[in-house]
Amino acid sequence: MPTSSASRAATFDETGPTETSPAQAVSRLPVSGWGIAASASWLGVTAVSLARDDVGDWSRTATFAYGAAVVALAAFVVSLAGARLGQAGTWFAHRTPWLIVLGLGLALWELVTAKLGWLPLPFFPPPQALLEVYLDDFGKLGASVLASVKLQISGYAIGAVIGFLTGVSIGWSRSAGYWVHPVLRFIGPLPATAWLPVAFFLFPSSWSASIFLIALATAFPVTVLTWSGVASVPSSYYDVARTLGATPWFLIRKVAVPAAMPHMFVGLFMGLGASFAVLVVAEMMGVKAGLGWYLQWAQGWAAYANMYAALIVMSLLCSGAITLLFKVRDRLLSWQKGVVKW
Amino acid sequence: MAYLKIDHVDKVFSRGNRETEVLKDIVLTVEKGEYVSIIGHSGCGKSTLLNIVAGLTPATQGGVLLEGREVNAPGPDRAVVFQNHSLLPWLSSYDNVKLGVDKVFGRTKSRAERHDWVMHNLDLVQMGHARDKRPSEISGGMKQRIGIARALAMEPKVLLLDEPFGALDALTRAHLQDSVMALHQKLGNTVLMITHDVDEAVLLSDRIVMMTNGPSARIGEVLDVPLPRPRKRLELAANATYLKCRQRVLEFLYERHRYVEAA
Repeated sequence: MPTSSASRAATFDETGPTETSPAQAVSRLPVSGWGIAASASWLGVTAVSLARDDVGDWSRTATFAYGAAVVALAAFVVSLAGARLGQAGTWFAHRTPWLIVLGLGLALWELVTAKLGWLPLPFFPPPQALLEVYLDDFGKLGASVLASVKLQISGYAIGAVIGFLTGVSIGWSRSAGYWVHPVLRFIGPLPATAWLPVAFFLFPSSWSASIFLIALATAFPVTVLTWSGVASVPSSYYDVARTLGATPWFLIRKVAVPAAMPHMFVGLFMGLGASFAVLVVAEMMGVKAGLGWYLQWAQGWAAYANMYAALIVMSLLCSGAITLLFKVRDRLLSWQKGVVKW
Repeated sequence: MAYLKIDHVDKVFSRGNRETEVLKDIVLTVEKGEYVSIIGHSGCGKSTLLNIVAGLTPATQGGVLLEGREVNAPGPDRAVVFQNHSLLPWLSSYDNVKLGVDKVFGRTKSRAERHDWVMHNLDLVQMGHARDKRPSEISGGMKQRIGIARALAMEPKVLLLDEPFGALDALTRAHLQDSVMALHQKLGNTVLMITHDVDEAVLLSDRIVMMTNGPSARIGEVLDVPLPRPRKRLELAANATYLKCRQRVLEFLYERHRYVEAA
């Protein structure tokens, strides 16, 4: 975050340089001021939604308007409470500017779609249409999310484990490297989606074929980076362990794997990204469930609101998965310095 | 019978067709409780010799005997303190020491005993307060103390020090040298130390082994340091024996075996 480091460097006062995070910079201003602006921006959303009739037929306009009003009220209450909320207050204060922008954005979106009809329908539905999807199509969307999560977790876990084991073996053993490396070079760079047609007739079900594809997409980067991690462990670490009387198994478990962990997490991160792509394609092409399939289905019916709704959910899920991965990394690799924060 | 015997060790490194003889016919015995330093110019192969004793590098000819038994693989009976400390960065000071303790005493000591033993050794090097700190959070001198604690905690028969103070500033170095001297006095370890610092060698050692320049480095001369222990750094500065020993080593290194930069 270059912006945050810039603001940090720029904050000086009489007593010398002090480290100030953006959160503190925001909370130093009267919290209520920002909070009330956020409240006003969301009231704006309500006002725009109720100001005039929609250009189309959307059933949840009123719900949307009152929902925005509830957000506005909540922002108002929190900003009055201010410092009394302690940590939660700081958390809120840090995000208030975003809340303002979000309100303004929603109001603008509402205005140019539902109220003025400047953007062509049905390609650009108004926010209340998405709200309608979340409220009325909850069952199908929820089932799709569950199906996607299940498929993703199964495939990713299998791929990560296989990648880890392969990476450690070829990083450690010369003969494993001799046999596995050429195979890895031959198969690895091939996009996992290229296997799609083959996979769907080789595997008994499209579900198992998809798991194979997701695992494949995950395993390649995990393998390569685990391998490179194990191969780049300083030999002095091994020397130390060997003078303690370490067996090869001890060296792998206590030295090679922990030392390779930073690389391994980069592999897991890249594998996660690759596997999302494969997941969506697999769901669109073969598996008749999941968010990819939901997107495909929505497009077939020209239900664009459903598509946007599904895209937002998908984005939250993918981002959530990466956040989770980074949380695990921060916990395991707190000894590593200067790492990127997600 | 000698406690530790380096018996006619040769070491030849070969890369492709080229062979370089690093060590030639090294014979050295170390008695139990003795503090022996090996001094020589850089590149003379003294670290290779230490690695052979540690079992990290195999000798080409000859071998190493510890209490009459040949040792040709690394083991906890010969603990090494490395110049670059080599602590595992993901473990706390405590866990770095505990790694060796668990390995060596996993069967013979209970969990509580092992914990006490780790703490005892951290306290020996005055590092008990830093038990939860990771290597990146402590200074170079502190890291080296942890490295020494790790080595001591394995109760090795021989303690191998590979230029243990080389990377430290002068003040920290002096402080740590005093600590090592005190520990040697207290625990009676057998120590083999590599160094290129003449004062350090004379101050700490019972005997100084001077090596000729490589390739094919040999032991040029062995000097006894008949200074009584405990030794005090400041008192020795004007001590005639100390000065004579120092003079002797300097003459060996800078007159008879002047370091010639390899072309």
